[in-house]
Amino acid sequence: MHGDHAPATSAGPAGPAEPSASGQSSFDRVIAGDGRIEPRDEMPDDYRKSLIRQISQHAHSEIIGMQPEGNWITRAPSLHRKAILMAKVQDEAGHGLYLYSAAETLGASREDMMQALLAGKARYSSIFNYPTPTWADIGAIGWLVDGAAICNQVPLCRASYGPYARAMIRICKEESFHQRQGFEILLTLSRGTPAQHELAQEAVNRWYAPSLMMFGPPDADSPNSAKSMAWKIKRFSNDELRQRFVDMLVPQAQALGLTLPDPDLRWNAERGHYDFGELDWSEFKAVLAGQGQCNVQRVEHRRRAHTEGAWVREAAMAHAAKKAARQQQSARGAA
Amino acid sequence: MSGSPTAEWPLWEVFVRPGRGLSHVHAGSLHAADAEMALGNARDLYTRRGEGVSIWVVASTDIHASSPDEKDSLFDPAADKPYRHPTFYTASEGVPNL
Repeated sequence: MHGDHAPATSAGPAGPAEPSASGQSSFDRVIAGDGRIEPRDEMPDDYRKSLIRQISQHAHSEIIGMQPEGNWITRAPSLHRKAILMAKVQDEAGHGLYLYSAAETLGASREDMMQALLAGKARYSSIFNYPTPTWADIGAIGWLVDGAAICNQVPLCRASYGPYARAMIRICKEESFHQRQGFEILLTLSRGTPAQHELAQEAVNRWYAPSLMMFGPPDADSPNSAKSMAWKIKRFSNDELRQRFVDMLVPQAQALGLTLPDPDLRWNAERGHYDFGELDWSEFKAVLAGQGQCNVQRVEHRRRAHTEGAWVREAAMAHAAKKAARQQQSARGAA
Repeated sequence: MSGSPTAEWPLWEVFVRPGRGLSHVHAGSLHAADAEMALGNARDLYTRRGEGVSIWVVASTDIHASSPDEKDSLFDPAADKPYRHPTFYTASEGVPNL
């Protein structure tokens, strides 16, 4: 056995399908005691599968998420903004890699996950199927999309699966730079010329509702949530997190001098929260089902990048094999 | 291309020393064709914000780990030896520097 990595099999997760009775009871004890499950512990097959699904979808989202922002690297308004945007997109790649590694500790193979994404079979966050037509969209993504991601991800730092929680801690630290840089872009535009202010407002109008939908369907409509919460992977429900996010956004929008595009948004003193309008879940479902503006483009781009990089991956392996052979030969010669 | 070159890059475990005077600590893992590339990738992946002053990479297949099944036989014997801890001895309470 090699550390935290079970040998990956293309047939799927390694290890016994179901834990023994003692394994199950020790799993239950750890979960009840708010402890962490580590890679080689016995765990129910459903727990493993559910984690692989969630972690790999999360990884795919980070990888696909590089595209809407990558779109603006060559056209960032200054060298300063360009350097920041490159660092941010590089972070997204890093987040994807931390997460793929975490999924691999459950026996999933990197190659299978990659192939599922390229084949269009794997899901990723539907938010990345929206386009970024203006520079202000980069600000809105940082403020709203990364803001929603942080809201979602901070509780995941306490997820019951150790490697996932550890990856999330690293990711959350880096995301806060992302959100602040987005806020700064919007604030600069909002305080600029009337045309720039308008650009910022339009971008917020575009991204507000989709970012609220990032928390997933309403609780009543979210079949996996209850199980995930019982396993302490998820700590708060979709609706709880969405409410928390809206409550945070209102004063931030005021600081930006921008409005949130929801006529039903108002403070409810009785609840101690902001009320907000119904979201258009038919749009969410359509984008998830592949009818978003950029679904086809995103996967095609990823496929092209993967294909065009094949020779690099192959050359690196050939070089490594040659070097190893040469070393072996000289070791034999010296003996 | 035929044979091994098309195979998936092997997996490496990354250990980072966060500062001088501290031990290397496991940071995560990554795929790379060889050790040299693993070091380069580890630098890009795990030390983008000054998290380390030194990196180790170890092929994941070279890590040998104790099995969770052996947890009891390996670690339980330590549980019934409280006399290995200084707090076990109370006769010296109140005596200075002891």
